[in-house]
Amino acid sequence: MTHEEIVQAVKDIIHTIAPDEEIGGLNLTDPLRDQIELDSMDFLDIVMELRKRYGVQVPEEDYKELATLQGCADYLAPHLADHQLATSA
Amino acid sequence: MSRSTHYYTGSRDGKRPPSGDPLRKAKDRYDVVVVGSGLAGLTAANILGRAGHSVCVLEQHYNLGGMATWFKRRGGHVFDISLHGFPIGMQKTCRKYWGKSISDRIVQLEGVRFDNPQFQFDTTFTREDFTHKLVDVFGCNPATVESFYETLRAMNYYDDDGRTTAELFEEFFPGRNDVHRLLMEPISYANGSTLQDPAITYGIVFSNFMSKGVYTFTGGTDLLIRAMRDILARNGVDVFGRSQVDEITVEHGRVRGVRVGTREIRAETVISNAGLKATIERLVAPDHFDSAWLDAAKQTRLNCSSTQVYMGLGPGEDLPWIADLLFTSTRPEFDSASLADLHGQSRTFSFYYPKVRPGTGRHTVVSSMNANWSDWADLSESDYAAAKARLEEDTLRALEVHVPDIRSKLTHVESSTPRSFAFYTQHTQGASFGTKFEGLRYSMELPQQIEGLFHSGSVGIIMSGWLGAANYGAITANKVDARIDFLAAETVPTS
Repeated sequence: MTHEEIVQAVKDIIHTIAPDEEIGGLNLTDPLRDQIELDSMDFLDIVMELRKRYGVQVPEEDYKELATLQGCADYLAPHLADHQLATSA
Repeated sequence: MSRSTHYYTGSRDGKRPPSGDPLRKAKDRYDVVVVGSGLAGLTAANILGRAGHSVCVLEQHYNLGGMATWFKRRGGHVFDISLHGFPIGMQKTCRKYWGKSISDRIVQLEGVRFDNPQFQFDTTFTREDFTHKLVDVFGCNPATVESFYETLRAMNYYDDDGRTTAELFEEFFPGRNDVHRLLMEPISYANGSTLQDPAITYGIVFSNFMSKGVYTFTGGTDLLIRAMRDILARNGVDVFGRSQVDEITVEHGRVRGVRVGTREIRAETVISNAGLKATIERLVAPDHFDSAWLDAAKQTRLNCSSTQVYMGLGPGEDLPWIADLLFTSTRPEFDSASLADLHGQSRTFSFYYPKVRPGTGRHTVVSSMNANWSDWADLSESDYAAAKARLEEDTLRALEVHVPDIRSKLTHVESSTPRSFAFYTQHTQGASFGTKFEGLRYSMELPQQIEGLFHSGSVGIIMSGWLGAANYGAITANKVDARIDFLAAETVPTS
């Protein structure tokens, strides 16, 4: 996956977890928590979906890397290089 | 213990005798066995079942829900045990882990009332209205109030600074016992915490409530738990009631399954949704733990228990609007520990108007007090009956202040005590709200002691209540899902 696709993958997951949030306008650099209503439980769900859809294990100490979309793309890039973007449910 | 001692007969205690083997349809092996069907256990089971794992829930009672439960009495009465009210977060939690059919039934309470010698008013129990009360009624400085809220909102469970809730209150509202009462009394009833518990436990729970008020579930606890049972079935989770787990079996430091009577069900992962103390002191043999860890974990203190009085109005009887929740006390000053006094002066009333169970037209009132196991545990049968009668009479008198003709409207009055809670839920000392803060650590460390054994349920005050328990179920499910994924990778090499 490219960086753009990873961002899309994370957005797809956020859409599943928080279907009422508007995710179209999310920017790359501000913390996700400041842009939409995401709490620590939501981040847990994002991690679980990443594992389910792409087999990526994110250890607890790395959760902070997922704070922004850019952070997600940077952190996940090496793990997702060989993966295809999953079709969103 | 013989099998028959696990089941209690007759109407006196309300546990039905088994008809046939409750486990006849159970498989011999699951990916995950969940011991107990509280909201943590059910939520974890649903998430893991939905993720495609084979999951089984074993519950000793015939009803699911743990403390999230209800009971019926002749005359069409349905009484909720713990539906009083939960934070808005429950809506999102249910939406994510159970679906829209459940979250759409969550609605805001219309009114919360306080009535005590220090203040009497109605509130929406929101940050906006509490700010108004603190500033305009109590005369607090608006900047102080704002800074109090911000301090609480910034609190995280991993940065406990050792400060107690009493110290926190003194810092912001020194000497204001009335303000402390407003801030603490509802939380003490919600989770059994006191002014001596860590400030962060208060901050986290209070912030959750203050976000947008107090919510309830339309349709009652029975509808909620039945809906959850249906969803679990759709997600392929096997659920068995009347199945008392006697032991969590362990082999070479790794969980092997659970034993129910003479039958063992194997599982690579077991989630104990039994109380933390029951899990480490009763369900797992002590030699499987590091002895220093076990000794320390056993020191975990429990939160208090409760007494409740259930009052059912006859069909066609009406109840004037008072509030959904009424916090009442005749104590001149507030002290959180005194909320648990035997025959004390403080109690809550949950008024369940017909809106809770639309179409039934029925009203019930459930009064709750915090209570200490030690006050009730050793009473003789006759003293126990007398203490219950007094509890019911005191409660009716307190309710008469608000509804003078209440006695003529009631067709059922019944009470429960710490002994009732211990009996029905098997919680150690009838604890209604799990453990004190330190229990969270031992709950989370359990898998480091025994591989594949997880705990989930009311612990640490912040993981208590409907929202705390359900969220802890989700947290545990995430860890279990990671473990199953890891085990699969271990046995089946990937490309």
